[in-house]
Amino acid sequence: MPMDTFQDTVLKLKHYWADRGAIIQEPYDVEVGAGTMCPETFLRVLGPKPYRVAYVQPSRRPADGRYGENPNRLYKHQQLQVVLKPPPDDVIDQYLGSLEAIGIDLSKHDIKFEEDNWESPTLGAWGIGWQVMLDGLEITQFTYFQQCGGIDLDLAPAELTYGLERISAFLQGVESVYDMQWAPGVKYSEVRLADEVQFSVYNFEMANVDRLWRLLAEHEAECKELLGKYEKYPDKRRFPVLPAYDHVLKCSHLFNLLDARGAISVTERVGVIKRVRDLAVGTARLWVAQQGDQQAPGEGAAA
Amino acid sequence: MSLDFLLEIGTEEIPDWMIPAALTQLTKVDLLGATPRVDATPRRLVVRAEGLPERTPDSEQIVKGPPISAGDKAAEGFAKKQGADASALRKSGNYYELVKRVSGRPVRDILAETLPGAILGLQWPKTMYWTDRSGPRFIRPIRWLVALLGDQVIPIEIGGVRSGSVTRGHRILGADSIPVTVVTYERELRKNAVILAAHERRHKIEKEAAALGAKLDRDLVETLTYITEFPTAIKGDFDPAYLELPAEVLSMVMRHHQKYFTVEGPRGGLAPNFVAVMNTSGDPEGLVKHGNERVLKARFNDARFFWNVDQQKKLADRVDDLAHVTFQAKLGSYKEKTDRVVALVKELGGDANAQRAALLSKCDLTTEMVKEFTDLQGVVGGLYARAQGEPEPVWRAIYEHYKPLSMEDSIPSTPESQIVALADKLDTLRSCFSIGLIPTGSKDPFALRRAAQGVVKILVEAALEYRLDALAQGELYAFLLERVQYYFREVRGFKYDEVNAVLKAGVSTLKDVEDRLNHVARVRPTPDFEPLAASFKRINNILKQADFTHGVVYAGMLEDGPEKELYQAYSRLAAFGPLEEVAELRPYVDRFFDKVMVNAPDPKIRENRLSMLSDMLRKFSSIADFSEIVTSGDQTKS
Repeated sequence: MPMDTFQDTVLKLKHYWADRGAIIQEPYDVEVGAGTMCPETFLRVLGPKPYRVAYVQPSRRPADGRYGENPNRLYKHQQLQVVLKPPPDDVIDQYLGSLEAIGIDLSKHDIKFEEDNWESPTLGAWGIGWQVMLDGLEITQFTYFQQCGGIDLDLAPAELTYGLERISAFLQGVESVYDMQWAPGVKYSEVRLADEVQFSVYNFEMANVDRLWRLLAEHEAECKELLGKYEKYPDKRRFPVLPAYDHVLKCSHLFNLLDARGAISVTERVGVIKRVRDLAVGTARLWVAQQGDQQAPGEGAAA
Repeated sequence: MSLDFLLEIGTEEIPDWMIPAALTQLTKVDLLGATPRVDATPRRLVVRAEGLPERTPDSEQIVKGPPISAGDKAAEGFAKKQGADASALRKSGNYYELVKRVSGRPVRDILAETLPGAILGLQWPKTMYWTDRSGPRFIRPIRWLVALLGDQVIPIEIGGVRSGSVTRGHRILGADSIPVTVVTYERELRKNAVILAAHERRHKIEKEAAALGAKLDRDLVETLTYITEFPTAIKGDFDPAYLELPAEVLSMVMRHHQKYFTVEGPRGGLAPNFVAVMNTSGDPEGLVKHGNERVLKARFNDARFFWNVDQQKKLADRVDDLAHVTFQAKLGSYKEKTDRVVALVKELGGDANAQRAALLSKCDLTTEMVKEFTDLQGVVGGLYARAQGEPEPVWRAIYEHYKPLSMEDSIPSTPESQIVALADKLDTLRSCFSIGLIPTGSKDPFALRRAAQGVVKILVEAALEYRLDALAQGELYAFLLERVQYYFREVRGFKYDEVNAVLKAGVSTLKDVEDRLNHVARVRPTPDFEPLAASFKRINNILKQADFTHGVVYAGMLEDGPEKELYQAYSRLAAFGPLEEVAELRPYVDRFFDKVMVNAPDPKIRENRLSMLSDMLRKFSSIADFSEIVTSGDQTKS
């Protein structure tokens, strides 16, 4: 059997979850630090409506950049995010099936579920779960969400976050992610190395700190202004909660950039995290209120 | 007929460290007199018992009715309400009563009612829901239940899962639907690659890992025992070139991050191998070994990268960077803390090396290595200082300045280390107390109890000559004193009343407290000691009642016989005698109380006697306040 390329693995996983009733979404087009932050997870896990979705999300963590020199650390890595709401009883078996589907013969490997509860202070979100270890390599974060945006969740959705580069490098048996085959004859480095180098330079050396602070304040202001207008807005269905959330994401990304620039002291850190969390919590509340007020467009798709 | 019982709570993987406490709780499940036996793997909590009755026995219950004087109507009403005929009532004194026969119930029915509560009533550090918000809460989702009494299923339901007689095997190696009986249960599990008994898994891990050369580590063995259903050890290798990295870093990566045992080399250092424990039966193609080696290599590469990056800036050049690392919002940066600790080290008499160590002690907080391996703070600083040519007393003091990390941990090994460790902890305590960050109950975010415990342990075990009241005042002094009591009681095993007696007599240095405690503990078992302590208590009470503090003893006014003899005996002992001989006073004291009336009619004589008693008490109370010693006549107090 020929070795699967990175894109083969991604396609197989998408197929696998599509076959199990998940909508295959495309990546969200605003910078996020993790697939969890996309509205498809952060907002859809709220409320009582069942939902199943899977998507690849490029996730940006400016502080993790290594100028393309570290074989395993990336400024931007690809996550496959699967959200199953509510989780099926055999959710772990389904997950293990997905590993078989990408060619991992579990009878020849060692798989362990090690306690790892997930928490995001900036999102007011936490869950209970594991890191899934394959021969000592963490390949997936598996979480039963309990709270999001400070709101207790109705259905405790299961969230599976696959670290795609790690898994694919494991399958291809390469030491460095840059040596992976992305597509036949095309290496990961050819697709992404420039990205890693240039963004490392920008994130660590050139991003204008004063301007980043101003941008953060602007996005915060825009989000706050929107949140403040919901109550008096006549036609709730049309109210732009989703655009408000985009500004939360912008704030979160700017925070990460400032952090990578070393511009946030430990003292300030807590304060800035709280600013972003307040926005996230405010948006989550409006989303729930809006869902409760009426059936918003595009709701209640796959189950 | 007596029946056997089996309960298996089938779950998704429970965190290993929580399982033993859950099992302890399960041993208390009420099984109508039968003794529960418990077992667990990460995916199942199991209770078994033998000899449960099929039914509880029938019994009689007497229900008191209305007074006979209330008449037939009332009696009939009462009987009707109880579901009986009025003819069944009998008279007891002035009242009617009814003897009701209560039939025994099938134990299966009783357990069907009680088991769900017993299961969901288990206490966990953190629980979750998995069906919906109103659903049951448990540590992880419950996916199946086996509940059997004899050959019958005890019908229970939790979160939509109904009990049955079907279990599941190992996730990969076992079947996922296995019919069992109480008798076949453990055997069927074994056939399906689940070793139910923790001790058996533990033994397998220890035996196999040791055979592969692993340096066994008790905590890691426990973790692996409860993280696997079928543990198997394998050996892996890494490039010996990584051995140039410090063993501390390599061990941390292997043991804490990867849960591997380290392997000792021929001369006590690390060998370029590790032992991993899989949750499966074998690795015939070497894939698991290869995978683990690959992961470890990447981790070691990271560590080497951090090491190299960190060497580009010496610790000494990082002192100012500490201004950007917050110690505590109100207490400022680690730079400020460092300045305080350096000053304190100087004040405590630390030499130039100790002061240098204090200056560099927190610099590793700015290194990549410590950002990645936070548990190695201090250790990394010490290693870097050594690599950067700092003299041994300096690097060692940095390396050891977080010690002791626990009550079991040893104190720092050199005078420089001890003084830096002491100053660091003392500064943390003083600073936090100064802004009201004082631990209450279980809230102790800055681990101040541990810091205080470290201070006490260092002061005592290094026999340092600082007076406790010179190091701390007010609330902090009281806080430290509590830790002193704790230390001598719980760690050193002195009796609480001995500790109280010694502390009440005053505290100078902790070395002195320790000496006096040893004295008291040594004389405690002599037969005259406790009675003497009782006499001292009596004297104390006499003085208290007389509202007497102290006076001058006029030897000439003492009566010949028991009074004068006591005076001479205690004066001699107080002047020359070691504490061991204090018990010799007993016959004198006894005779005195036997023959002499303290409350003599002549007020002058009375006062002289009180003066003598208080003088004696004071002379012997510099070692310990013997009135604190609990004697067999006392009520137990705590």
